[in-house]
Amino acid sequence: MRKLTVPLLVIGLFALLIGLAYYDKIDLYTQSVLMFMGINIIFGSSLNIVNGYMGEFSCGHAGFMAVGAYVSSILSVLFFAQDRVFGAPLLPPQYAIYGFPIIVIIAFIAAALAGLLVALPSFKTRGDYLAIITIAANYIIISTIINIDAIGGPRGFMGMKSVIFAMEDVVYLPWMLIWVYIFTILSIWAIYRFVNSTYGKGIVAIHQDEVAAEIMSVNTNKMKLVAFMFSSGLAGVAGALFAHVLGYINPNSFNILKSTEALVMVYLGGMGSLSGSILAAILFTFLLELLRPLQIIKWVVIPLLLIILMQFRPEGIMGNKELSDIFPRLKKFYQFK
Amino acid sequence: MALLEIKGLTQYFGGLCALSDFNITLEEQEMVALIGPNGAGKTTVFNLVSGFYTPSKGEIIFNGQNIAGLKPHKVTSLGIARTFQNIRLWHEMSVLDNIKIAQHYNLGYGLKDLFLRTKRYFLNEQRIEKEALRILEVMNLREYAQERPSNLPYGLQRKVEIARALSVHPKLLLLDEPAAGLNSADVKELIQLIKWIYDEFKITIWMIEHQMTVVMNLCQRIKVIDFGVTIAEGTPEEIQKNPKVIKAYLGDGTI
Repeated sequence: MRKLTVPLLVIGLFALLIGLAYYDKIDLYTQSVLMFMGINIIFGSSLNIVNGYMGEFSCGHAGFMAVGAYVSSILSVLFFAQDRVFGAPLLPPQYAIYGFPIIVIIAFIAAALAGLLVALPSFKTRGDYLAIITIAANYIIISTIINIDAIGGPRGFMGMKSVIFAMEDVVYLPWMLIWVYIFTILSIWAIYRFVNSTYGKGIVAIHQDEVAAEIMSVNTNKMKLVAFMFSSGLAGVAGALFAHVLGYINPNSFNILKSTEALVMVYLGGMGSLSGSILAAILFTFLLELLRPLQIIKWVVIPLLLIILMQFRPEGIMGNKELSDIFPRLKKFYQFK
Repeated sequence: MALLEIKGLTQYFGGLCALSDFNITLEEQEMVALIGPNGAGKTTVFNLVSGFYTPSKGEIIFNGQNIAGLKPHKVTSLGIARTFQNIRLWHEMSVLDNIKIAQHYNLGYGLKDLFLRTKRYFLNEQRIEKEALRILEVMNLREYAQERPSNLPYGLQRKVEIARALSVHPKLLLLDEPAAGLNSADVKELIQLIKWIYDEFKITIWMIEHQMTVVMNLCQRIKVIDFGVTIAEGTPEEIQKNPKVIKAYLGDGTI
């Protein structure tokens, strides 16, 4: 029974959410907030692999999100939508339901490959210097996209909405909400499995003492490669979902400010805490929406909150603990693999 | 055949010659010390053998294979483990995890098994856990399995580090100043421990040590270097009387 608690809870919540959306019990605005919450969970917790568990300081995470967003958008428009540039769809649009998850996986692979841009220099570079490289990588990706006119350049890229409509024409369901939460659950699951294995803990060893890790048979270069590619790949997934939820993307929405959002989520939640990242992503998304009436003053209040947090709880909400470390009684109710 | 044979090992850092023409042969099951004044190049030798530096010149033959220039994790998986002068444990994770992560050379599963949680993953994780607990049991550290090393006294941390090094099943154990920072009671215990490890695991131990009680009690052979050059080699009794060694440590009286 304990084995089933978490899956049942997750499936139950998922079904409840979809049901509420399907019968219009929650309005479109709330739905979109919920979708951004899911995307932020993937975006924040994937950065936690590098910044929290491995202890590097990557501040170009949005660059990989851009790669995922653009690759997936281009593919889905190319295959399933009528477009000015790409012309008629290559496949009948009703196949979009099956095609979309494949496109997201391709976005993962593309973003993971873009992650090499940071992973390879990380073999020889650490700390502040690597942070500079990650910023540079972010700029390289954004500038490349801006300079490719075929995908809209600085004007951005759109047409993804018609792919979603094509899915809804086949079966009427809140498709994007479903996809966002399926991939959110899969991402958390994958990260959990990674960081809780002896293999994955190799990156924590690199964080705490890289020399010791290398001498105690951890192949540090390979671990860094895996961690950076895994992390940036998941950012690509977040990007793919982001692009399809909005239906329009623009290179400038993936600039350093977006990367900062991921950093805020990681440090708010606690470095090296998966439940912290999830909690922080939920909180952060809500906070942004709650403070919307303040308009531009919002960007004064949120950084101020950060300053207060860093003063009084520099390790973040959860520190490097998980929920089950803080409430050991929870362990009685579930077992999770 | 000798376990480790170092021939003409030379290392330059820029223009500085840290080690010149270093030769040594270690037989199986032997306890040898490398001593010398500060800055003599002792740790450089260990860093070369364990793969942190690629030697400028020379060969390091371990078990018939030239390991000069191999990556440290590769060297470790071949059977050379080492400890550090200043303890280098992963201080923010449990003692058990410290030992488990050292099994990276022999995980037995890959990323696919990890994400899909295959049978292979579970079997190997179980094996790693059992192996780690066994090492802790043998080293009398079982009760500290869930402690963080930072919460343990210095002497125990040293012991955990040695346990971690032993957990990779080395044929050659390099100890870089194992007695550094220990009080005299701890040193006595350490001597017992190393003696016991030597008898129990039947491995070759090569150590750098400044405390002569440790060296004289344990080692059959001593090699002395100064400014990267070998100045003496022999049994503890011979070394104690060697005028060159006395000169290197105490100076020759002329000012």
